[in-house]
Formats: sequence, C-alpha cells, structure tokens
Amino acid sequence: MTKRNDYISKQKLMDELYRYKKGSITRRHFLNITGLGAAAAVMGAAVPGLRPRPAFAAGDIGDRVILATWPNYHDPASFEAFTEATGAHVQVNVFGSNEEMLAKLQAGGSGWDVFVPTNYTITTYVGEDLIIPIDTSKVPQYDAGAFEQRFADPGTVDGKLYALPKNWGTTGYCVNTEHTGGVTMSTWKQFWDMTMDSFSGRTMVHDYQLTTIGNALKYFGYSFNSVDEKELADAEKLLIDAKPHLFAISSDYQPAMRNGDAWMSMCWTGDGKQLNVDLPKIAYVLGTEGGEIWSDFYAIPKGAPHLDAAYALIDFLLTPEVNAREALAHGYPVADSRVNALLPADLLKDPILYPAADLLSALEFGAAATLTDPNRAELMARFKSA
Amino acid sequence: MTQRTRNWLLLAPAGTWFLVMLLLPLTVVLVFSFGERAPAGGVELAFSLEQYANLPARWTAFKNTMTLAPIGTLASLLIAYPLAYFLAVRVDAKWKTILLVLVIVPFWTSILIRSYAWIFLLGGRGLPALLDWVGIEGVRLINTPFAVLMGIIYGYLPLMVFPIYVSLDRLDKRLLEASSDLGAHPWTTFAQITLPLSLPGIATGCMLVFILLMGEFLIPALLGGGKVFFVGNALVDLFLQSRNWAYGSAVAVTLVVVMLITVTIYMRLIHRLGASREDVSIM
Repeated sequence: MTKRNDYISKQKLMDELYRYKKGSITRRHFLNITGLGAAAAVMGAAVPGLRPRPAFAAGDIGDRVILATWPNYHDPASFEAFTEATGAHVQVNVFGSNEEMLAKLQAGGSGWDVFVPTNYTITTYVGEDLIIPIDTSKVPQYDAGAFEQRFADPGTVDGKLYALPKNWGTTGYCVNTEHTGGVTMSTWKQFWDMTMDSFSGRTMVHDYQLTTIGNALKYFGYSFNSVDEKELADAEKLLIDAKPHLFAISSDYQPAMRNGDAWMSMCWTGDGKQLNVDLPKIAYVLGTEGGEIWSDFYAIPKGAPHLDAAYALIDFLLTPEVNAREALAHGYPVADSRVNALLPADLLKDPILYPAADLLSALEFGAAATLTDPNRAELMARFKSA
Repeated sequence: MTQRTRNWLLLAPAGTWFLVMLLLPLTVVLVFSFGERAPAGGVELAFSLEQYANLPARWTAFKNTMTLAPIGTLASLLIAYPLAYFLAVRVDAKWKTILLVLVIVPFWTSILIRSYAWIFLLGGRGLPALLDWVGIEGVRLINTPFAVLMGIIYGYLPLMVFPIYVSLDRLDKRLLEASSDLGAHPWTTFAQITLPLSLPGIATGCMLVFILLMGEFLIPALLGGGKVFFVGNALVDLFLQSRNWAYGSAVAVTLVVVMLITVTIYMRLIHRLGASREDVSIM
C-alpha cells in the first residue's frame, strides 16, 4: 500500500463499486481504495451489533451458511465482512423465480439456511410447513417498529412472524431511450404496442409467470393478479401475438440491455437503477396502468442445516449500517427507517427507487393465488412453446 | 467359489447401480405420472389417466424436439464425416494424436460455459458486427432456431466424430488400394467400400447424438433466448416452475416411449442397410 485515502466521496465509492462489479478491478483493490476493508474491521469493533458476541465466536455458528437469493441483490463486500466477523463463509445460490425456490423446498433437501421469498409466497410456505417461525431474540438488529407496515406485514402469518423484510421495489420496464424516437414511454400499452412495431426483435420479458402474465393483463387494464379465465385468455392472445417480436424470454436481461441487443425489458427497481447509473440513456418506467409492487423477505427453511449461522447472517444483513451499504450497492429501497436515516438524501429522492405517489398507488402486491393457479402456469407454458 | 457365484459378485456393483439409479427412479416417475397435482404443487398419488389425456398441450414441445433432433443429428453427421475421414485416412501419423486431442479439448470445459461463449459470438457485438463491417447489415443470430442448431452442432460434434473415426481407422487400407488397382473411380471406392465399412461408426454416432438431443434443454434455453421450446424445457418448467410433478412425469414417460420407438425403427433401418446389431456399439 503506497498511498492511503482517509476519505472517499460517495461518488467515488459508487464509481469504484461499479468498476469492481464489472471486474475491472480486483476485490483487494476495491476494499483498499474504498477503505471498506478497513471499515469492516473498524465497524466490527465500533458497531455494537457487529462486535463478536458469544454466539459469533469462531466455530460456534459453523464454517458456512447457505443463502438462496436473487441475481444482483447483494453487496459482495457484506459477505466478506460477515465471514471476517463470524468465520462463516456465505455460499450463494441465485434463482430467477419464486416458483423455482418453492419447487426446490418442496422437493426437500435444498440444504439452504436462509432464502429470500417475495411477499405473496409466504402464506404458501407456511401452509406447506416449509419455513419456521423467526425467533426474534436471535435477531437483535431487527426492530419491528422501524419498518413500514405494508412492506413488513406479509412476513406475519396467523399472528406468527415467519419472515423479516429485506427490500421492496417495483416491477416496471427499462427502455433504451435512444431508440424511442422521442416518444416518452409511460404505459404498459406502449410497452406491448412498441414491441410489436418499431421495437420488434428488441424486447425482453421475464421467464416468470407473475410479471409476464401480470403485465400483459395490465395492457387491458385488468388486475395484475387476475385468475379470471376470460381475462387470462386476452392476456394469452397478446403474449402469443407478441412472441415473434420478442428478443428473449429471460429474467437475465442486464447483459442484453447493456450490449445493445435488447432495447426494452421488463425490469425490477434495482436492475433499472444499476442500468441507469451505468448507461443514463436507459430509463426505468412504471406503467401508469399499474403493475407490481413487492416486498422481499429473509426466511429460514425448516431443517436448515446451519440454523445459528442463518440467524447470524440475517441479523448481520439487517444491521442498519450494513443494510444501507447493501442498498447503495444494489439500488433497491429498504423499508427500515433506521437505514433510510443513513442513506444519502439524493438517493431517497431518486425517482427509480422511490416513484411518485400517484404511480405507486396504482401498483398491486402479488397475490398468493397466482403462485398456485394451474391456469396461469399452463398459460405460461403455452406462451413459451408457441 | 464357483464360477456362477463369481459372475454374480462381479455383476453386483453394476446391477445395484442400475437398480438404484435407473429402475427405481423410473418406477417413481411412472407412479407419479398416474397421480394428480397437489394444490400448492408437487404430486398426490392417484390412479388417473388425466395427465396423459393432457399431453396434446405439450405437442409443440414434442414437435420442436422431433424436428431439431434429426436435423441436428444429420448436420453433425455431414460435418463430422469428412473430419473423421481426414483424421483416420489422410492425416500423417505424427499429427494424428495432436489433432484428435484438439477435437477432445472442448470437452474439458463445461457445456454451460461454452454455450455462454456462443451467446457473445452470436450476439450483436459478435459475428453480426463482423458481417456488418464487411457490408452485410442487419443480421440477427442470437435467440433464433439457427443459433440453437449452431450450438447443437458445436456441442455434439465430437460425439459424432469419434465413433466414425474409430470405424474408419480400423478400415483395411489395402481394400482401397485393391479397389483403385481394379480401376474404380475414387467415388465408387468411397461409395462401395469406405462408406459401408464405416456404417457402424455412423450408426453409433447418430444414436449417441440423437438420444442426447432428445433430452436437450440447456442449448435452446441459452441460445434460443427461451423462445425455442424443447421437451427438455417443458420438463424443467413443469418441475421447477408450475410444480406439476404428475404432468411432468407423464411427459417424461412419453418422451422415453417416443425415444424407444424411434430407436427401434432406427435399428431396423440400420439392420436393413447391412450393419449387424452388434455394430452399433452402444446398444
């Protein structure tokens, strides 16, 4: 180490973070230049929640914890810091849909300690007896009062707490404004109409029944969660008409949006933010007709092999300082007021993370019925095989 | 120890393996296929033919597989044969090993990684950009059936090259000389001697590639952008997305039956063409 920066600006931190994410610099360089390596050590001593507690002493919680989560949803530096503080390595499995997570748990032997289900799936997990109630005494960093109710409530089923809120967000679409010909995109109707017209061969939809069918339903102004047969038939017709014009059906849309092969894609908040930061020409749009608002949770599967480590990891990630750094890295808002107090003011005003109230009020939380509705599942299969 | 006991003992590891890893899972799948989907996904055992009655809903997936699998096999054969011929008959002995190793080298890396490489090659900044540069504009390759075929040929080529290479390598070169001495045109020699004698290799290669292709799901998912849907993709979705294990099992059983029928017809055909059953070394 030749020169040491005692201070790093927010802008520089984000620049370095994205350089690190893109792989242009090594982790060592990143931790060094941002001071995060030192910060993790300092924080470990300074933040009471991070100070090695008896339960955290090396060996006590085991040497690993297995996390099943979503793509681009964590700051790798947090896992490093967790390992530093506890000795447990975080093994990450990435999934693209709630259905897939549910399928793995139903099949048994997933081996996960912590996973990240979305609001509307939790009642199903409880009903199928796949997750355990949270023992809040093992998560001292969780402060129920600090969380915004509507994002935290789905974690409680029949009066019992089963899941702790991670992040919330919206499902809109990202669009490369270089190709819109000056048109301001603001609706799902435009999304589908442009796909079948000037954007032919350039649009991506998720490989995920909830959002792909839901946002096709919005074209007609139906509920995002509809399981009505006639409404689903309309959505199916639209999807099948649009299919020849699609670039791909995939939930991994960042690479194609970045290299210019795709011009528009259904998109989650954080991906929209990440794309927009790197390529300002890519805008994030919420359809005025509505769409999805969601809240993700940390939950512990029944039979988690490293239960102590599971609690330790959740507790660590919910520590406001850590959670704030996570939010800065992945661009998904947090419902914890303690975290928001630590975030820069301009981030709290960011229209991608915190859309205007009138856009938000049109959004719907996903409904449990969509997860298990066989008609929606079959519709998706017909769409994909058409 | 009698000869008989010794035989049984020697067979025990393979026998146990087949029982536990093949017969038991197949039985489970068969039993599931007569069941029903549990309300939240999974399976409820029953005796119903409902899942089989529902099969037409996956007709497109079967149709896509039954179209691209033979095309992929044929294309691999057409590309692999000259290569195998070159390696076995033409190439100087000292280069042979190196060239053969080069055919195997791609197998040292996972097909997943190699397919990802193709995503970049066929994507807008890969080959299309190159074509654009030489004046051929607006070519789209990635996420088309062509890209899937490309990936299939690339991925399966070595499986076709090797059996053909082995049968051509064993070919007695004196037969070729004799044919030539007796005044046969090189094409006649090829058609009447080389080709028939390499038939076992062709038959084996086609079988290997075709059977594996019938269950393929990775290449269509990655290079077809999720728009090219094979039976393999239908199965993945039925088990991992809609969690309809009963229906998924019925589709799987049907795939096995379709495969058995196709392979039987194929064997008959090969037999009629003059290769004996023993020549197809994987059967």
